[in-house]
Amino acid sequence: MSERVEDIEIRLLLEALYQKYHYDFRAYAFASIKRRLRQARERLGFATISAMQAELLHDPAMLPQLLGYLTVQVSEMFRDPSYFRAIRDKVAPHLRTYPSLKVWIAGCSSGEELYSLVILFREEGLESRTLFYATDINQDALAKAAAGIYGLDRIQLFTENHRKAGGKSSLSDYYRAAYGGAALDKSLRQRVVFSDHSLVTDAAFAEMQLISCRNVLIYFDRDLQDRALGLFKDSLPRKGFLGLGSKESLRFSRHADSFTEFVRDEKIYQKRDT
Amino acid sequence: MSWLGAKAVVIGASAGAVEALSAILPLLPANYELPVMIVVHVPANKGSVLADLFATKCAIKVCEAQDKEPIAAGTVYFAPADYHLLVEGDGVLSLSNEEPVHYSRPSIDVLFESAADAYGPHLIAVVLTGASQDGAKGLAAVAEAGGEAIVQDPRQALARAMPEAALAERPDARILSLEDIADYLRGAGKS
Repeated sequence: MSERVEDIEIRLLLEALYQKYHYDFRAYAFASIKRRLRQARERLGFATISAMQAELLHDPAMLPQLLGYLTVQVSEMFRDPSYFRAIRDKVAPHLRTYPSLKVWIAGCSSGEELYSLVILFREEGLESRTLFYATDINQDALAKAAAGIYGLDRIQLFTENHRKAGGKSSLSDYYRAAYGGAALDKSLRQRVVFSDHSLVTDAAFAEMQLISCRNVLIYFDRDLQDRALGLFKDSLPRKGFLGLGSKESLRFSRHADSFTEFVRDEKIYQKRDT
Repeated sequence: MSWLGAKAVVIGASAGAVEALSAILPLLPANYELPVMIVVHVPANKGSVLADLFATKCAIKVCEAQDKEPIAAGTVYFAPADYHLLVEGDGVLSLSNEEPVHYSRPSIDVLFESAADAYGPHLIAVVLTGASQDGAKGLAAVAEAGGEAIVQDPRQALARAMPEAALAERPDARILSLEDIADYLRGAGKS
């Protein structure tokens, strides 16, 4: 019985979050949301999720705290180096044929994936013709992304990943030690637009040649995944590219037929001609 | 003696996992009636080779879990390296990049707790060999939901820390040898 009550409490809290603050987690994959709300309840010291909901409704200061729990912010630069290698070796040659490019990093969180792509585009001579859109629902995460400061302890891993991704420069060219961390060079942000955008409630906003959205869709249920993939489909021209996380696929989506597998193992898709 | 109300099996293993699973999975028949979800601790940078390894050894279908894949009977799903594996209430699998639990991603606790929520009393959970604390909390969640909690006899485990931690958390769990675990699971998944 107690699980059922907790499930009801969770759905009510998500509804409250949506009605009061317009953040819509109602169609997120439930098992993971439940885990994180349990975690939030314990760490924030509430007896029940209902009690946490009451506080959330009456004290807006709760919102960023709770969003920190609800949005997962675990990433690294050049995570899965083989993905970035495939973007470099297989996708970039196609992108080179366009005079101007738009790239969308959807669910950019604290920016690691964004900067990986900007550096890659710079190395491939594509940066100056590209506009990068980095979007997320979490303002704190966007602020971190725009600051571009990462823990020095993570730099060794980033450097290793960058090298494995076929990096043509040294990662140390792009950061300096500052603020107790590694601050990425602000020139990397020259071509970047940071923006608040929700894959749940917002619409397509521009035509992109490449959309990279890694390990974001896994937090959505299937219907919401379909909505997001529909947005991506609408944002891509024919032959536009979509890159997903290494364990994400279009296999179970109703948009599967709109794409071809461009680099199968790396989950890079290309929108069909028709 | 087997739990006939079972709708799914979850297994967690760490150090010594391949040997232990080799004494269980090849004994499950191709027409096994239950799905089997497994978390084995593997280094994040190693691709997951477990599914390939066991697919060649087993009659039952073995694969690596994909996100939002519908759970099918007679299939063994391994959690991919560097992702948590969760069971959703509507019978699909989810992957997640949330922070590691007990330094592990995938984590046994995460799988077991979500499966306990999804299957309630209709779940069999097995903690095998390992040098970790992972799985103990998850096993307790399964037992609290009325599911069947099984622990490999620590005296026979290659690494006893994990079965011992599970037993410390849940002293009433069934303690079985690998052979008896295989028998038990076979019995539970027969039509």
